Amino acid sequence: MSNGDPIIEARAITKSFHDPVETQVLKGVDLRVMRGEFASVMGKSGCGKSTLLYILSTMDTDYEGELLLDGERITGAPHDHLSRLRNEKIGFVFQFHYLIPEFSVLRNVMLPGLKRGVLDEREVEERAMAHLATMGVAHQANKLANQVSGGEKQRVAIARALINEPLILMCDEPTGNLDSRNSDIVFGIFQALAGQGQSLLVVTHDEDFARKTDRIITMDDGRVTDQGHR
Amino acid sequence: MNRLLLSISATLLRARMRQSVVAAVGVAMSIGMYIALSGFMNGLNGLLDGLILNRTPHIRIYNEIQPAEQQPLELQRLIQRTAGDDLAHPFINRIKPKSDQLAVRNALGIIDALRKDPRVDGIAPKVNAQVFFNAGTIEVNGAVNGIDALEEDRLLHFSEYLIGCTVTDLAASANGVVLGKGLADKMLVGLGDAVQVSTIAGDRFTLKVIGFYQSGMADFDNVTCFVTLATAQNLLAKPRSWITDIQVRLKDLAMAPAMAKEYARRFDVEALDIQTANAQFETGSSVRSLISYVVSVVLLLVAGFGIYNILNMMIYEKLDSIAILKATGFSGGDVRVIFINLSMIIGAFGAAGGLLLGGLLAVGIDRIPFHFDALPTMTTYPVDHNLKYYLIGVAFALVTTFIAGLFPARKASRVDPVEIIRGK
Repeated sequence: MSNGDPIIEARAITKSFHDPVETQVLKGVDLRVMRGEFASVMGKSGCGKSTLLYILSTMDTDYEGELLLDGERITGAPHDHLSRLRNEKIGFVFQFHYLIPEFSVLRNVMLPGLKRGVLDEREVEERAMAHLATMGVAHQANKLANQVSGGEKQRVAIARALINEPLILMCDEPTGNLDSRNSDIVFGIFQALAGQGQSLLVVTHDEDFARKTDRIITMDDGRVTDQGHR
Repeated sequence: MNRLLLSISATLLRARMRQSVVAAVGVAMSIGMYIALSGFMNGLNGLLDGLILNRTPHIRIYNEIQPAEQQPLELQRLIQRTAGDDLAHPFINRIKPKSDQLAVRNALGIIDALRKDPRVDGIAPKVNAQVFFNAGTIEVNGAVNGIDALEEDRLLHFSEYLIGCTVTDLAASANGVVLGKGLADKMLVGLGDAVQVSTIAGDRFTLKVIGFYQSGMADFDNVTCFVTLATAQNLLAKPRSWITDIQVRLKDLAMAPAMAKEYARRFDVEALDIQTANAQFETGSSVRSLISYVVSVVLLLVAGFGIYNILNMMIYEKLDSIAILKATGFSGGDVRVIFINLSMIIGAFGAAGGLLLGGLLAVGIDRIPFHFDALPTMTTYPVDHNLKYYLIGVAFALVTTFIAGLFPARKASRVDPVEIIRGK
């Protein structure tokens, strides 16, 4: 599905942890995710795939190498700028749903949209409701975030990730904490999104899940062993 | 944008309603106590300062009886030293001061001149005289003050110490006397009784007791009595111009020392300013205000620590939420603003509660019965209801809560989302 235009590009990313002992977790990773691609990163636990995702997500800035988002070099950019990029261009889904429990489901979805400040509150709300409806959780919109089930929370989290129409949706083990029925629902959603041209990068160690994606990037011991181009 | 951060703060706060209320109550208590304490302390300060300030003229012009600075004997010796030993023998020794110098020379002229001085607020002339009261067979020492009762009241709050009559009663009475409470008790006289007075010159008069005077200073109340200026002059068999003290009230108290010097030079009299007469009283009031500030600061510090504690706990509990806010594009600065907002909301509610509490306490204290010997007209505790204390209280609350919120907020802004998300 790729059309040759990289959304995110990692060049020779190297990262070490210094505590408790010096260990290199990423050893020169090169990676490109193209527009409209539905890619997954597979690998054993501890191979550095999550670490790579955090670097790609701009949250982790402690690395060597170079990172380009949508053609812009963002390595070394100031934190406020990175915050804005995350807000506007990247959507996140984590293994644990990470909704803010004090807020309603709807409000959780709306927050990044309100933070962006392009649309007014009513428009953000409409859009959030539309996403919740797509995820099949519109009926829970006014419940507090911690009053809905785990599978529903994950769908709410996906709706939140989509609120600002990100260039890429990054997911860290999005189904890792869900039962198979909910996993299937979430995967179905991802597939539908990919069908609409949404770029996705999913870190997982669920082979069934990975096999259904367009491209499987395989990592082992801090290196990409297979770029997975078909 | 800011409204968004504020609404996030408000939501987080609502979820911790009980803790937040406790924190706000802490702030309210300290602000309330500060306001009540300051009002009360300053009310008392005003009262105690007033005791001195109100009774002391800003400048007192009088004529001190002093021996001649250069005794003739001294002059004689000087002449001897300069002109040689053979000249003249000393013939005059120890010239005593003359008694008629007790009064201020040209008092009426000075009063006229003072009335024209724009810096002067008012003038109260006074005649002081020593007398004896004849109580049965014994003679009681007394000091008569002949005063212009109305001016004395205007300038020196004379009526605050009067019991049983008004200043106009005294001003209108030709042979009435207001006795010091102690003096009256000593002589066993009541209102309407007559008292016998002998002057030093030996003249005897009968005066009618029309009221009592109570300053709270026993030494003073035991000997003092007040009559009109004219009565005092009659007692002493002196003319209308015979005035021993001219009490001056200035528009600006601070000018007293300089003006006292000026008058002393200009009129060739003694002039004593209030600062010289009561050097110690300012120290007392500044120490009392210092105490009230220290107590309030301590109270606010305790409240501040409460807020600090609650915010720290809240941040600990909210690490996940902070991480997710950061992951979805809120910057460290946004997170800091959210938590400072939290603290400031608590501070603002606390300050509002404190204003109410402080106001109620101040009104309450103002109603507690209080009888003060020195001020017989006062019936309740004095409270200074100055808006200033309310403003300082609010400013203090906001500053303290801001600082208390700043450190936890900075900590929150530095939370590394990766660490939180990864650490799960």
